Amino acid sequence: MEYLFKILRYDPLEDKHPYFQDFFYATKEKKSLLEALMEIRNEQDSTLAFRYSCREAICGSCAMVLNGNFDLACRIELQALESTLIVIEPLPNLEIQKDLVVDMEPFWEALSRIKPYLFPDKKIQKEGHRIEERKMEKIFQYINCIMCGCCYSACPVASRDERYLGPAALAKLYRFVKDPRDKRPFSNLSGVNTEGGVWGCDTIFKCNEVCPKEVRPADGIEALRRKLVVEKVKRIFRLKR
Amino acid sequence: MISQDILVVGGGLAGLAAALSCDPNLKVAVVSKVHPLRSHSVAAQGGINAALGNNPDGRDDSWERHAFDTIKGSDYLADQDVAEVMCQKAVSTIYELEYLGVPFSRFPGGVIAQRPFGGAGFPRTCYAADRTGLVILHTLFEQSIKKQVKFYNEWLVTKLVVNDGKCLGVVVYDLATGQIMPVRARAVIFATGGYGRVYSRTTNAYINHGSGTGIAYKAGVPLRDMEFVQFHPTSLLGKNILITEGARGEGGYLVNNKGKRFMADYAPSAMELAPRDIVARAIQTEVDKGNGFDNQYVHLDLRHVGEEKIKKRLPGIREICINFAGIDPVDTPIPIQPAQHYSMGGIDVNEKCASQVEGFFAAGECACVGVHGANRLGGNSLLDTVVFGKVSGEEASIYAKGSEGTDSTEKILLEEALEVKTRIEEWEKRNSGEKVHRLLDRLKVVMSEKVGIFRKKKDLAEALEKISELKEDYKRIYLYGKCLRYSQELVNLLEFDSMLDLAEVITLGALNREETRGSHYRLDFKERNDKDWLKHTLVTWKEGKPHISYAGVNISKYEPEARKY
Repeated sequence: MEYLFKILRYDPLEDKHPYFQDFFYATKEKKSLLEALMEIRNEQDSTLAFRYSCREAICGSCAMVLNGNFDLACRIELQALESTLIVIEPLPNLEIQKDLVVDMEPFWEALSRIKPYLFPDKKIQKEGHRIEERKMEKIFQYINCIMCGCCYSACPVASRDERYLGPAALAKLYRFVKDPRDKRPFSNLSGVNTEGGVWGCDTIFKCNEVCPKEVRPADGIEALRRKLVVEKVKRIFRLKR
Repeated sequence: MISQDILVVGGGLAGLAAALSCDPNLKVAVVSKVHPLRSHSVAAQGGINAALGNNPDGRDDSWERHAFDTIKGSDYLADQDVAEVMCQKAVSTIYELEYLGVPFSRFPGGVIAQRPFGGAGFPRTCYAADRTGLVILHTLFEQSIKKQVKFYNEWLVTKLVVNDGKCLGVVVYDLATGQIMPVRARAVIFATGGYGRVYSRTTNAYINHGSGTGIAYKAGVPLRDMEFVQFHPTSLLGKNILITEGARGEGGYLVNNKGKRFMADYAPSAMELAPRDIVARAIQTEVDKGNGFDNQYVHLDLRHVGEEKIKKRLPGIREICINFAGIDPVDTPIPIQPAQHYSMGGIDVNEKCASQVEGFFAAGECACVGVHGANRLGGNSLLDTVVFGKVSGEEASIYAKGSEGTDSTEKILLEEALEVKTRIEEWEKRNSGEKVHRLLDRLKVVMSEKVGIFRKKKDLAEALEKISELKEDYKRIYLYGKCLRYSQELVNLLEFDSMLDLAEVITLGALNREETRGSHYRLDFKERNDKDWLKHTLVTWKEGKPHISYAGVNISKYEPEARKY
């Protein structure tokens, strides 16, 4: 089978604008899109830049846009695609560093702002927590996140408002808030009780749609909103009393 | 010039554990060729061992039993004192990880769940379903955000700079800018992982070229026990993605084309949960005898384990099977074959993770601290990374506080960086030459065919010849892409040098070791020979070639005995 790859190329130091370059690629064997990209790079243009590592959809390196869909290049089988024309673009709304390599710094920066770590009970430092598994089950969905950046890149809010933390970071925050072991003070959530936080979400659910690991980040954002509202109501009642 | 008290190279589990345990008053940074969360540790699945005794079948477990299993599993090549240190620290290490936020799976009563693993007398492998590496790596990364660890991501270390037996720093290739730069450091810790991609079939990530180990070797640090290469019994046919030992721990069967659970013929009491070297050989033997499917693979059958347990305990395996093989293990057996998985050998370091070079430390898979001997038990590598990662950070801190720099350091570092730059310019200047990925493909074939699960003198000698041919061809290498920013070609070119060295060291050790021990199986010397070979192999780069020597094994408690399962 022969495929036509149209790959977005851009070197900010050399090119005025991004452009599509055509590559023909033929194979008889089953190949992932990542394998095809690597062969194209090896045989046709060794300057073609893209990230990759595990090839098993767990490291989150090779997120890109493939025929308009956000996905990990390693988990897409070439033969399973309906078209022999394959258009590959870098994750949008992030600066292109070279070709398919984008600057993920805003994504990591957002993550670091939510204090993405457990606030444990200091008394049990030596023996760890005892906790029933069913109490942990609510967070399982969120610990599947591999930080590939698909949701952040696809989010219409993150693309127009740079203050917005984005789906992955907020879902990560909910992963900790919902963790029965977490003792973070409620005041810790005030940082996301803003337009740059949970109230920025447009509830378009693009993040749920594009997530390759079925994390459904918007579930976490909505749950955080509910928690903030409930706490607020509780406080008002407490004040009245 | 960037200057650090401690420079950690590698952002996987060992590297992050090291960085987090460094003295906070020191200036510490992590250099990694990928973002830390892209490290191969993230792909670890089945679990991490510690004698917690939480499983109802594991009440009598103890760290001593864990140490004994580790030593027996190593075919008695482990240094017993160091194995004991690791197993003793295991219990507090797990509680520490849990305290930091690792969402371990639980047993009723809320204690950390433990499953049986190969070669272990008790079920002692703690896990988070089958994504244990993912959750531990993410947890340690989260801790490094909390502790504001400094990262230099997408920097490839190309050289370890040593002068007069003392480590001065490294030379790096910054992928984003394409620049070659020296980095000064009082102490350097390598946590650079494995070299799986030297083989065609490997469970390892594409990035696992093992250049850290090769760079240390070229800087004069001996490599230890490199001939011991672990082949994991169960990798998914074709892509060789790891299918965790936990699948057998949860009750999975290995079945040949006759429908037989063939492990009965190889390890009648441990069956599927014999150590990896034994199971991998059994599978390969069945395939070679014609008892496999398509002469390539056998089945890992999970159907009787049941949908509920598969979805709860092995969701990642199910996802991998669906994504990459188009099958659901709930109703179809998984086609599996052995594949290279892990290096027992590595940079020769002592129990403090210190090498012979002053100020140079190593931890994790790139290092050989001596706990895995000739065969590593499943669940012991995550433990190794966290325990010895931490040790390396603590020890490097002690060293860095007591060390003094010299005036000539920067000059030497600049000269070494210039040497790397010149080398790259030469590759660029040529008009044509060899393509690095073709050389790599050739090397992989040699290693897989001649230095695989079953070895013999003729094959190993031929492999050495082919490797030296490849070394000649490497001298005619050409850099086709002229842009050095984000040049994966340049990464591959620089790292291939190390891959050739590692291949040579592995093969040389395997050729010399005329016995069978653990993962090293010689068809022409099928027995273990403690009289002549109960010793560590050391290979040192001297005057432009490898020199082989041997060192004693620490046998403090357990006399070597026959290894039966």
